[in-house]
Parts: sequence; C-alpha cells; structure tokens
Amino acid sequence: MTEARIAQEQEPPERRPQPAPRRRRLPDLGPLPWIGPALLLIFAVVLWPAFEMLRTSLSEISASGLSKGFTGLTNFERLFADPDLVGILTRTLTWVVIVVTITILTSLALASLLNAAFPGRRLVRWALIVPWAASVVMTATIWRWMLDGFYGIINRILLDLGFLQGPINDWLGNPSTSFIWLMFVAIFVSLPFTTYVLLAGLQSIPKDIYEAGKVDGATGWQSYIALTLPLLRPALLVAAIINMINVFNSFPVIWAMTKGGPGSLTDTTTTHMYKLAFQLLDVGQSAAMAVVNFTVILAFVLLYLRVVDWRRA
Amino acid sequence: MTAGTRAPSIKKALLAGIGALVAFFFMAPYIQMLITALSPADELVNVPAQYLPSRFEFSNFVTVWEEAPLWGYLRSSLIISVFATLVVLVVALPAAYYTARYRYRGRLLFLLLVLITQMFAPTALVIGIYREFVIIGDVFPAAGVNTYISLIIVNAAFNLAFSTWIMVAYFSTIPVELEEAASIDGASRLGVLRRVTLPLALPGIITATIFTFIAAWNEFVVALTLAQSADIHPLTVGVTTFVGQYRVEWQYLFTSSLIAIVPVVILFIVIEKWLIGGLTAGSIK
Repeated sequence: MTEARIAQEQEPPERRPQPAPRRRRLPDLGPLPWIGPALLLIFAVVLWPAFEMLRTSLSEISASGLSKGFTGLTNFERLFADPDLVGILTRTLTWVVIVVTITILTSLALASLLNAAFPGRRLVRWALIVPWAASVVMTATIWRWMLDGFYGIINRILLDLGFLQGPINDWLGNPSTSFIWLMFVAIFVSLPFTTYVLLAGLQSIPKDIYEAGKVDGATGWQSYIALTLPLLRPALLVAAIINMINVFNSFPVIWAMTKGGPGSLTDTTTTHMYKLAFQLLDVGQSAAMAVVNFTVILAFVLLYLRVVDWRRA
Repeated sequence: MTAGTRAPSIKKALLAGIGALVAFFFMAPYIQMLITALSPADELVNVPAQYLPSRFEFSNFVTVWEEAPLWGYLRSSLIISVFATLVVLVVALPAAYYTARYRYRGRLLFLLLVLITQMFAPTALVIGIYREFVIIGDVFPAAGVNTYISLIIVNAAFNLAFSTWIMVAYFSTIPVELEEAASIDGASRLGVLRRVTLPLALPGIITATIFTFIAAWNEFVVALTLAQSADIHPLTVGVTTFVGQYRVEWQYLFTSSLIAIVPVVILFIVIEKWLIGGLTAGSIK
C-alpha cells in the first residue's frame, strides 16, 4: 500500500487530472498574465544574451567591442588553433567527472549519517550549512590562504605530522598539485547542497518499508542496496544534474585560488572564456568558447539523462 | 535507521564521533578565517605559520570599517539581494501556480525554457548582458550598466529557474480538491489562493525566498562586470579590494568576509527544517 502511495506521488504533474475550465471564475486570459513576466525576464537576461553570444561568435569584434561584421567560423578556427585548448578541454572534463562523482558518493555517505539518530546531529547539520551559505569566493579565498606556500597553515600541519621536508611548499603554484587542490575545494563547496538533497530524499522514504524488509530477513546492507538506493533514484538524479551544470560552469573557485595559473595550466573552459574576453579583449573568440561550452554541457546532460533513463525516475 | 536494541549506545557514540569529525572538517576553514581575522598583521608572515597568534587583535573588526567602505558594500549587497528576491517572488509565484494547476499549450516548453536558463554559464552570458545594459542605459540611464536596477534584474533572472521549479513542485502536492472545497464554500478565487493555497505552499515559498536571497548575496561574476564603481560594489566584489597585486591584507579580507558570512549562515539555520521539505518536493517531482 505504501509503495502505491509513493508511485502516485512520483507521477509527473502532466498526468494529474486537471480542473475543468468551467470552474474558473476569472475571465480566461490564458497563461500569458501568469507566465508572461517570467518569460520576459528569461528572454531579456538569458535568451537575448545567449543569442548575442552566438552572433558574436560568428562576427569579427574589435578590441573596443565594435562589430566589424560577419566572419563565419573564423573565431572557432582561432579558438581550436590555440595549442592550449586541448589541455583546457581535457581538464574541464576531468574536473566535471571527478568533482561530480566524488561529491555524489561522499554526499551519499554524509546523508546516511545525518539521517541516523545520534546526539549532536543537529550541530553537524548546522556545520554542513556553513560552506553552503558562505560565498564560494570567500571559501575559495580562505583555502588559498591555508594553502599558501610560505605562510599557509596546511604546510605547518603537514610539517608537524612529518609529511613535509621543509616548511615551504607552493601547492597552488605547482601545476602537479594545484589542480588537485582546486578539485578538492570544488568538492568541498558542492557537498552541502548535494548532501541536503539526498537527505531530503532519504527522509521521504517511509520507515515501514524497512520494517517489511526486516521481516523478510534483509540485513542492513541488503536493504540499503535493494530498498534505499532505488527509492533514492529521483533525488540522486536531481543532485547529479544540478551538480554537473554547476561544476561545469564553476568560475569563483578557480578564479579566487589560481586565476587559471600558472600559465593556463589550471584553466577550465569557464575561466578561459573569461580571460579571453576581459584580459585579452578577444570577445569573438570568447563567445566561440562560450558556444562550445554550452554545447558540451547540453550534450553531457542529455547523455546522462539517456544513460540513467530519466523517464523511469 | 532505527537504533537497534542491542548496544545502541555504542553505535550512537560511534556515530556521534564520526559526526564530530565531519562537523570539524566543514567548519575548519571558517575557524581558520576567524583566527586570521583576529591576528595582528605582522604575525601572518611567519614561516612556518603559527596555529594561534600571540594575542587576539580584536581591533581588526573595528579598523576594517576605516580601511574600506564596508557600509557601502553591505548596503549594496542588501539592496541587490532584497529587491532581486522580491522580483523573483512576484514573477515566479504566479508562473509556478499556473504551471502546477493548468495544462496549457506550451507548458512543457515553458518548463524546458526554465531548465535551459540554468545551463548557461553566467560567465558566458555576462558579455551579452553587459552590452544589453549599455544599450538600455542609453535610453534609461537609471537601468544601465553600473546601476542597482541592472544588478537586481540579472540576479532575479538567474534565480528564477530554481524558485519556479521548487514552487511548481510544491503547488503540485496541494490537492486540487482542497481548493475546490473552499470555492464551493463560497470563497473567491483570490480568497482560495490567499487562505488555502499560499499557506499550504509556504514552506516551498520560504525555501525559494531564502535561496534566492543567499544566491544574490553571494553572486560574484555579474557584480564583477556590471558594477564598475566602488559605491555600488556588493561585499563579494568589495572584499577583493584587500587582495592587492603584491600584498594581500588577509586579516581585513577575512574580517569583512566573516561580516558577510555570519548573517546568511544564521538565516540558513533558521530555515533548516523547511529546507528538507522544500528539497523533497523538488526531488520527488
């Protein structure tokens, strides 16, 4: 009976019975008065600039920002001719896959912990809220300070634990360690939201399902695999998609910690497009990067939805 | 997840121990932020670093107000966040309600459009947005680049998707029968909305409100490009003025960061219990 109730709750709203028009009491103006303002806002701040981005990517733009007309795919050719681009694209994919995977797996463990009863649980939940509420720029900046090559507290801790030979170790200036730390901080700021989404999913699972499982002789692990994970599917799906988009588009972590440096060795597509536009003043090429970026995200999300078979969720 | 009857106290103690470690892990950077904010400037350049300063320089929290126009940054952050939140509510509430209740032509398209707005990197849109507001500014100088209005509109638009989405999910969970019953009892359409639907959807509305407020409070990229003069810089951009090209005034940077962080953390903790409900509605949809 309980499962039937869940199934009913998960049914998308399209399939719900809609109220018949005769019950409406206001004159019927259609959806426009209700959704019109939202459409206007989306059009003005998202669609128009997106269209402008596409147009710019196909135009020649002077350093002062004036359009000198249509140039076809020249901006894209210049973008792909840049020898750094392959590294930037590979790094972006590594960034998304590693950060999202570790975030989801760790959040699953954290959400299970926070769903269990123990003294002080409330305080742990509050602690988890802090990185979520704090601005990402500020969180990234404190990590940059803790990782400082000379004065950072992390060097001091590792030195005291015997992991370092000398007191100086430039984590963020060294290309072999800086990107790992950037991914670490990106995971750190992604964990709270993801954990809460999964925790919300866990709390919506009725407790009596586990009782029924126990009667059937399921052990803790078995009921986790057979009951919890399948019922958590919608929450996992939502958490993964939102994470994927956010991590892909993440700018402040890298910008506040390394500005993509040294060189372009920690740049992702997002910081690269910002540098192109605001440091090199090459707006056309930056727009081309933005178009590529959006296409890749779209492909990523569609591929993911296909792989997880979202209609089943 | 109920505690077993055998040795529940050992299991609970173990969980509490792990919980304490998790809490420390997430708090540690902010504890370090507080320690740095309370350190005398000359003690921040020791190699290796000290765990604690020899004395706490509480005066950093006083002098920081003289070092940078913090009041101005705070005022800008407040103006932008409060008005962006109001705009989101006014725009998203009716859209979400109608979308949850009626199956109109283009409903799916609207939902898709809302989803797509989330997929664009703000960094990618910022150039187009900048140019758009330059044009708008030629006609209406009050809404051009470097004005509060432009920042409010952009922040509102960026948060519209999440709010609409959460509220559609919430309105969908309210049975239509409940509204019908009230309207049979003689309540007007607006009366039904005001007395039945909105109170029931309140947790979702509060979640959307606080989310928008905090996202706007913490927004960085748009403010970095659209707000050029220091007098309309919000805190996120303002604190970066302590990061000089050759020298960073870490103690002031983190004093002002804490001034920005503490109020939103409190706000977040206040809504924590609604948060779970709000997110459940979102994920069940």
